[in-house]
Amino acid sequence: MDILTPILIVGIIGLLAGVVLAVASIVMAVPKDEKAEALEAILPGANCGACGYSGCSGYAAAMAKGEAAPGLCSPGGAAVAAQCGEILGSGAVEMEKKSAFVHCLGSEDNTTQKMEYDGLESCTAASLLNGGGSSCRFGCLGLGDCMAVCDYGAIQVCSGLAVIDTDKCVACGKCVAACPKGLIKLAPVKAVAVVRCSNCDKGKDTMQACKVGCIGCMKCQRTCEAGAVTVQNGLASVDSEKCTGCGKCAEACPRHVITMSPLGLG
Amino acid sequence: MDAQTIRSLVAIFLAAILTENYVLNKFLGICPFLGVSKKLDTAFGMSCAVTVVMVIATAVTWPIYMYILVPNGLEYLQTLVFILVIAALVQLLETVLRKYMPPLYNSLGIYLPLITTNCAVLGVTMLVLEKGAADPSFGYVQSLVNAFGSGIGFLVAMLLFAGVRERLEDCDIPKTFQGLPITLVAASLVAVSFLGFNGVVDRLAG
Repeated sequence: MDILTPILIVGIIGLLAGVVLAVASIVMAVPKDEKAEALEAILPGANCGACGYSGCSGYAAAMAKGEAAPGLCSPGGAAVAAQCGEILGSGAVEMEKKSAFVHCLGSEDNTTQKMEYDGLESCTAASLLNGGGSSCRFGCLGLGDCMAVCDYGAIQVCSGLAVIDTDKCVACGKCVAACPKGLIKLAPVKAVAVVRCSNCDKGKDTMQACKVGCIGCMKCQRTCEAGAVTVQNGLASVDSEKCTGCGKCAEACPRHVITMSPLGLG
Repeated sequence: MDAQTIRSLVAIFLAAILTENYVLNKFLGICPFLGVSKKLDTAFGMSCAVTVVMVIATAVTWPIYMYILVPNGLEYLQTLVFILVIAALVQLLETVLRKYMPPLYNSLGIYLPLITTNCAVLGVTMLVLEKGAADPSFGYVQSLVNAFGSGIGFLVAMLLFAGVRERLEDCDIPKTFQGLPITLVAASLVAVSFLGFNGVVDRLAG
């Protein structure tokens, strides 16, 4: 019968603790912000942090307090933004759809291999080894680190080049962080020019490394009427705010490295 | 309370901070020590929560042990009962804080559940009983002072180390050492420096 005493004592202590906690939670209940709860229910719950808050609950609380604007949730997209706007009473919210873009066209057809890489199937690992196997030291290694982190199946590696499906992409930004070469950037999905290259080498070196790389010839910068294209360090870049999407730079580019966003491969 | 008692209490308090520091001498509570010491303000919040929980936990577990477990010969149940009691206590503390002190709740919010059964908290409540067994004059008040001192010791260790880590941020660390390795090396150096306090407190207590 000795076993009964410890069972009783532990049981009673546990029971007491439980009762005290239960009573405390009822007596000291704090009314929760209903708005924040409703908002949190709408948000995707992925806690990706693309909005800049600690998670979906943090963003919902900030929205309920009026500190954050609806429409920061890129995985949720326009639908979630509209619902949030409804709850907050601020009416419909315009939300620009963004997508990730790979700033490289260095597929196997366009680049060569400077060595036979036979290590881990990871871009991060490969890039540690003399910059990876690609002949272009800035280019996509095609081992799919970005594909591995994408929760939405928006990234495919086709003949050694990561390609993003803009329809599936929700612009969570995980691939941006995963790419050891820093090739992936977020940009709005509208008629906007995208420079599909990240090579900062001199023109001659770029030509040797890749069939399509940007050689910094300045033709795009001269052609652009909106002043959206600038060439720095032998690499063109487009300011998507200024770009009107006329497509003249894409036509002018002798290396065909500028593509128009919704028309291109994405 | 005579001068002798006060003196011994001060000695216990200082010993808990310096020579018997739970993080740097006993190596308990290493997870929050490494986890939340990246920034000074979060380190401070966490340490305050630990201190409060240590004192309250000792205040409750000591009588339970002395007046419920010992008379029934159930000393072997102490780990189980203590975890149960401390977990319930932290939950209760959280509820109370949320109701009556929302600012404090918000600043401690995440840390309170984290230390529910932190090893340092459990260690303080259990090791204090060993001390009591070895020295009959080590009673309830001494245990509470010891718990408070241990919490302050945790705070000192956390703040010191947060300062060290903030400096590490700016250093050019070899790639293999970046992150946890250099943190552990730094932690061991801070721990070694605390060994220098051995003997100081014995002198003070005289």
